[in-house]
Amino acid sequence: MVRLITHNLLACHAKGCTTNNFPLQIKDAQLALREAEFNPDFLRGFIPRIEWAALVSAARQLGDESLPNEVPEMIDDDFLRGLHHVLLEIHIDEGAMVCPNCGHVYPISSGIPNMLLAEHEIG
Amino acid sequence: MIPTPDLSHLRKADYERIYEPAEDTFILLDALEQDAESLRASAPRVCLEIGSGSGCVSTFLGALLGSSGALYLCTDINPHAARCTRLTGSQNKISLDPLIGSLAAPLRHRLTRAVDVLIFNPPYVPTEEDEAAGAQVDAGITGAWAGGARGMLVTDALLEQVETLLSPHGRFYLVAVRQNDIPAIEARMRDRHGLDSAVVLQRRAGGEHLFILRIARRPPV
Ligand SMILES: C[S@@+](CC[C@H](N)C(=O)[O-])C[C@H]1O[C@@H](n2cnc3c(N)ncnc32)[C@H](O)[C@@H]1O
Ligand SMILES: [Zn+2]
Repeated sequence: MVRLITHNLLACHAKGCTTNNFPLQIKDAQLALREAEFNPDFLRGFIPRIEWAALVSAARQLGDESLPNEVPEMIDDDFLRGLHHVLLEIHIDEGAMVCPNCGHVYPISSGIPNMLLAEHEIG
Repeated sequence: MIPTPDLSHLRKADYERIYEPAEDTFILLDALEQDAESLRASAPRVCLEIGSGSGCVSTFLGALLGSSGALYLCTDINPHAARCTRLTGSQNKISLDPLIGSLAAPLRHRLTRAVDVLIFNPPYVPTEEDEAAGAQVDAGITGAWAGGARGMLVTDALLEQVETLLSPHGRFYLVAVRQNDIPAIEARMRDRHGLDSAVVLQRRAGGEHLFILRIARRPPV
């Protein structure tokens, strides 16, 4: 289950690929929605670690337009519930993530991303 | 008491491909449980286990901290381990996010100074260097234990990254054996990275002398 929370933390790490290597573009995604327990304390604590623009664009790529362009100043329950859904309940079960810089393809199979590189690709 | 995770879904055939929890796993669980109070008090949000194998350790950590309270990222070079990690999480109602990868490689860019709890029970057994290097490439069961010279081939690589991964109040739990040279690890973390190390648990089991090191930033003076 590559959830968008995980996608938001993954960057390309191929040899020499150090700029414009994040966020990975999502390709051919097969999605599933799975409920998760809502924990506002977790979300509040995690917000500072989110790359917001990357999250918004990933969600839009998957057809979810619910997030605002910026983190609102007033963080209320409605916002947190929407964020909860996008971060934790949308799963990419199959598909791939592609580096916007070098084009490296990281496949996702049965919800598990394969981020390994071949030996000659390791930086 | 946090119960040991239910692993009844894993079969003999799985343990031919991934590491079956053993004394080194259990001493790590004991060390986490011993620190339960301070772990909960530090309200970790990002937990990262390297080499999660069966998923036993992250599942236990999730039970200790609460499944929805933190993100539990798990890496392993062995694809079957990533699958088992996920299954062990769901068998125990803990949501784990496994990925196939080496050390923290794909996460380092985004998790700079952002990991609150980092855990590694590495392949720590001293072997020929070639055997350990080959096992890293094969990503099978030998990679669970083959550690190269002094058993430090894989651990050494992670130790270089710990300081940049740990959040300001982050901590790193490492399993080691005597042959890994614990004083040398402590000295290196202090002198090269400015991190404090403490042996929080040690035990002799099945011919091994196991240690749990807890490594963290120095409290500001
Ligand atoms: C001693 S086993 C520990 C498994 C489990 N955490 C436990 O405590 O029972 C070591 C694990 O590290 C994994 N491993 C070995 N080299 C690795 C690397 N470079 N990156 C990530 N995982 C690695 C192995 O596949 C194996 O699952
Ligand atoms: Zn790249």
